[in-house]
Amino acid sequence: MSLARGYAVSLLGLAGNIIEVEADISSNLPAFILVGLPDASLSEASSRVRAAVQNSGLRLPARRITINLSPASIPKFGSSFDLAIAITLLAADGSVSPQLAADWVHIGELGLDGSIRAVRGILPAVLACRNAGRTRVVVPLANLSEAKLVSGLEIIGASHLNQVAVLHGADVANLARVPVDDAVAAEETISPYEGLDISDVLGQESAVQALTIAAAGGHHLSMIGPPGAGKTMLAERLPSLLPDLTLEQSLETTAIHSIAGRGHAVGVSGNLFVRPPFEAPHHSSSMVSLVGGGTGLPRPGAISLANYGVLFLDEAPEFQLPALEALRQPLESGEVLIHRSAGTARFPSHFQLVIAANPCPCGLSMSPKAQCLCSPHSRNRYAAKLSGPLLDRIDINLRIQAVSSIQKALFSASDKPVAETSAQVRERVTQARMAAAERLASTPWSLNAQVPGHYLRHRLKPASSITRQLDFALDKGRISMRGYDRVLRLAWTKADIDGKSSISSEAISFAMFLRGTELGVSVA
Amino acid sequence: MESANQWLGRYGEDRALNYLISLGYQIIERNWRGKQGEIDLIARDGERLVFIEVKTRSSTEFGHPLEAITSVKLARMRRLVAEWCQARGVSSVMVRLDALAVIVRGGRVSFEHLKQVS
Repeated sequence: MSLARGYAVSLLGLAGNIIEVEADISSNLPAFILVGLPDASLSEASSRVRAAVQNSGLRLPARRITINLSPASIPKFGSSFDLAIAITLLAADGSVSPQLAADWVHIGELGLDGSIRAVRGILPAVLACRNAGRTRVVVPLANLSEAKLVSGLEIIGASHLNQVAVLHGADVANLARVPVDDAVAAEETISPYEGLDISDVLGQESAVQALTIAAAGGHHLSMIGPPGAGKTMLAERLPSLLPDLTLEQSLETTAIHSIAGRGHAVGVSGNLFVRPPFEAPHHSSSMVSLVGGGTGLPRPGAISLANYGVLFLDEAPEFQLPALEALRQPLESGEVLIHRSAGTARFPSHFQLVIAANPCPCGLSMSPKAQCLCSPHSRNRYAAKLSGPLLDRIDINLRIQAVSSIQKALFSASDKPVAETSAQVRERVTQARMAAAERLASTPWSLNAQVPGHYLRHRLKPASSITRQLDFALDKGRISMRGYDRVLRLAWTKADIDGKSSISSEAISFAMFLRGTELGVSVA
Repeated sequence: MESANQWLGRYGEDRALNYLISLGYQIIERNWRGKQGEIDLIARDGERLVFIEVKTRSSTEFGHPLEAITSVKLARMRRLVAEWCQARGVSSVMVRLDALAVIVRGGRVSFEHLKQVS
């Protein structure tokens, strides 16, 4: 047999394609030719495969070897094709059974000694196999637990080319004996945000309430306050108020982390993301690191890593303007499309945005004690970074004051006002979300933050007696029509949290407080 | 004085010659020298003129003999074929380039014959 077929997976975004690997051994002078749109690291496969096969004690024929990856029009990235190429080649040479080799999908990078190394994106790759109707997959042993998150497939983990060759019927006598290290260090990484509880927050009751509303309705949130007021502390605790991810959400989020190469930490322990992720990129982050991209295999950015979780932009006005502006479209659509000449990578990005900012560059303008020294010009410039379309998408604008010594004393002196724990709040949030989902059952939305204005004003039309205060504000030009819709949205979330079936004028007032004023709008 | 390698090469070519004769090739010329180099064997296989590059090794420890025939060598051989045809006044014939690996190990000789290489 001088022609054989094998199968591998090529990933673009979260979408995977089954790639057919054809190996032909022709009676000609020795050469190793790889065709079918490989990128640089895939072109290097020929050197790795040759060395790996020979060091496994198997023999490559001294003939011309042609490897074709088809469909040739799909660009292929990375080193995960090595194993499929090696096995198909051995099948073409007759060292292993061609039927068995074609029966399995092979994913893995080869070391020169024939060891099989872990690759990125195993979870989406195995999902692609299942979607394509393939039933048997060989993955690197180090990725096995991650691969096993996908059910309904026969999955085998291998750490050396020899193991796979034996699986496909190679003659054991021919193989080199290699020490195989089957023990994979199971590193369990615990997120530093694990175990944070909302009850840690001293004072700031209204902020905690706002956070609860944000969690229940999925509302984006901005916090403005002087340094040290606890903005970061509050934001870090928002995920603890969110309900667990559904299986579908958690598969999607884990797959994104797998492509980002963070799957190792997740995958080795074999865990799916159960809790919503929390991403807090530094304000020096580039646009690409936020929305995704990069050379070769496009990688997901922070907004996709925060899928179904929280994206926290601390010191938001310090971010580069293009990076902030790039958030607008994914905020709207819940996904990022990274266009390449070769194709479009699609990464989901259903994140909840939390931004924090100082009231002015020096941060003292809200402080009752210290004097702000910023010029009006520098304050305007600072605020202008956040103005416009981005803030349009943020429902809750919160002003946070530093906790005073009196509040602190009040809080610690009496043990009476026992703060609610995250678990308790999460319970209420879950109830509220269920109520909202029930009300919106016949619509494409499930959270209040997603509901468009016309639906709020017509289908869920509140009585005019309830909205009197709001209509008055609209008449006076104190809020815009868009602001009007936002207040209605927040009022519905408030009603859901309180277990009411309709909004009240109290809910409207509370919502108007939450909508607040944006940075740059005078607070005088 | 002939080196061990030169001796091995000559020995391999001798064995290759016998091997080709046993296959029914008519040997036309051996070690023909042109301006650019040498053609090891020229033979007739039926209608065809066959130009053969012979590589001999005593082991495959340092790679297979066929791996030593590079595209540069092959290109030179093509030029030599044209040169030979001109020198001998041969035209409109079917030609073929072959590579023949001779592996000599412990007194046993094995051949690997690639026809029409490119």
